[in-house]
Amino acid sequence: MLKELWASLSESLVALGAVVRFLLRLLASSPRALLRIDLIAQQVYNSGALSLVIIMLSGLFVGMVLGLQGFELLQRFGSEEALGTAAAIGLVKELGPVVTALLFAGRAGTALASELGLMRATDQISAMEMMAIDPIQRIVVPRFLGGVIAMPLLAAIFSMIGIYGAQLVGVQFMGVDSGSFWSQMRASVGIVDITEGIVKSCVFGIACSVIAVYQGYHATPTAEGVGRATTSTVVTSAVVVLFLDYLITAAFL
Amino acid sequence: MQKSRALNLGTGMFVLLGFAALFFLTTQTTSRGLSFGNAPHYEITAKFDNVGDLKVGAPVSMSGVEVGRVAKIDFDSKQYKAVVLMRLNDKYNQIPSDSDASIYTQGLLGGKFIGITAGGAETYLKDKDQIEFTQSAFVLESLIGQVLANFAKGAGQSGTGQTQAAAAPGTEKAK
Repeated sequence: MLKELWASLSESLVALGAVVRFLLRLLASSPRALLRIDLIAQQVYNSGALSLVIIMLSGLFVGMVLGLQGFELLQRFGSEEALGTAAAIGLVKELGPVVTALLFAGRAGTALASELGLMRATDQISAMEMMAIDPIQRIVVPRFLGGVIAMPLLAAIFSMIGIYGAQLVGVQFMGVDSGSFWSQMRASVGIVDITEGIVKSCVFGIACSVIAVYQGYHATPTAEGVGRATTSTVVTSAVVVLFLDYLITAAFL
Repeated sequence: MQKSRALNLGTGMFVLLGFAALFFLTTQTTSRGLSFGNAPHYEITAKFDNVGDLKVGAPVSMSGVEVGRVAKIDFDSKQYKAVVLMRLNDKYNQIPSDSDASIYTQGLLGGKFIGITAGGAETYLKDKDQIEFTQSAFVLESLIGQVLANFAKGAGQSGTGQTQAAAAPGTEKAK
């Protein structure tokens, strides 16, 4: 029993170490990969621009729910005007980065993992190595950097749309005064809150991207292996994002 | 070629939208407006006995209009007073030098801000000047303490502890 526990613990430590080493390797090849900026731009398009619809729709609905729930709660204390503050702080600091990262893992992370996994399974990666092209630099790093660049932008878009969603429900439907909605928000949201959100989304971007490309690159070269890599990308990303979220929140307090 | 053009356009629009959102978050949801950061300003100081929970960045207003912000709060260890450095917009450079500064509370439980009431002097406040007449923050706890002490004095002869507790919140509201 204890032995099995130790075995699984050491197994996950090995996996963590492997991911970190892979990350360092990616970072080491990043400067040279920056020379091929067109490859990175294409991945920013794949991970970012193509995720835009799901991010914007989710942001709108999350903001609207926040507006409705916040209004209902704040009304009990007769302070509906604080709705703008509540929605903005909740979105910018927590929901924006975290929900974006979860959606990103589901939308873009799985795509990265299955794409790389399929390349591995169909020996495209071996073929590149035989042609003396470094697959890490040619295909992995651009995907990684594309995700890292896309995530903070997606999170910012999510928060912005969410604030407008909360404004739509709170001000248009529920009749909170528009002026106090915005002015109370401006008075109590500080630049440090925005910074916290940006730091979070950058860290989540690195974490989600490295997990996705690691899982895809190291997938077992079978149909089943690609499927497993895709699944574990989402599961690992979700757990890691929520864990890192706690750490960063604690660090900023 | 056509495909790569569409792709570049999509990427460009996405990045632009992302930065627009970041810009929106930093300027529209916070009190850090674009204009005030580098606007020409001058600095004045005022010494208060107690600043309460006045914070750096709190507004300085005259007649309810924001004319500047609190830039620094320091402690004068000789006079045992709080020294507040205010940064006022150059637009409002005709504040009489005998104006007084008081610390008020926004709403019942809101943050503190500084209100300047104009005096009648012919000369105006300049950069590095000091406002002589100040009124400290009104600290809720000490006020409640005073009210309770007064009640205790009055109730000491006739009342019981219960009337004190019932009367105190009423007074609080009446004020």
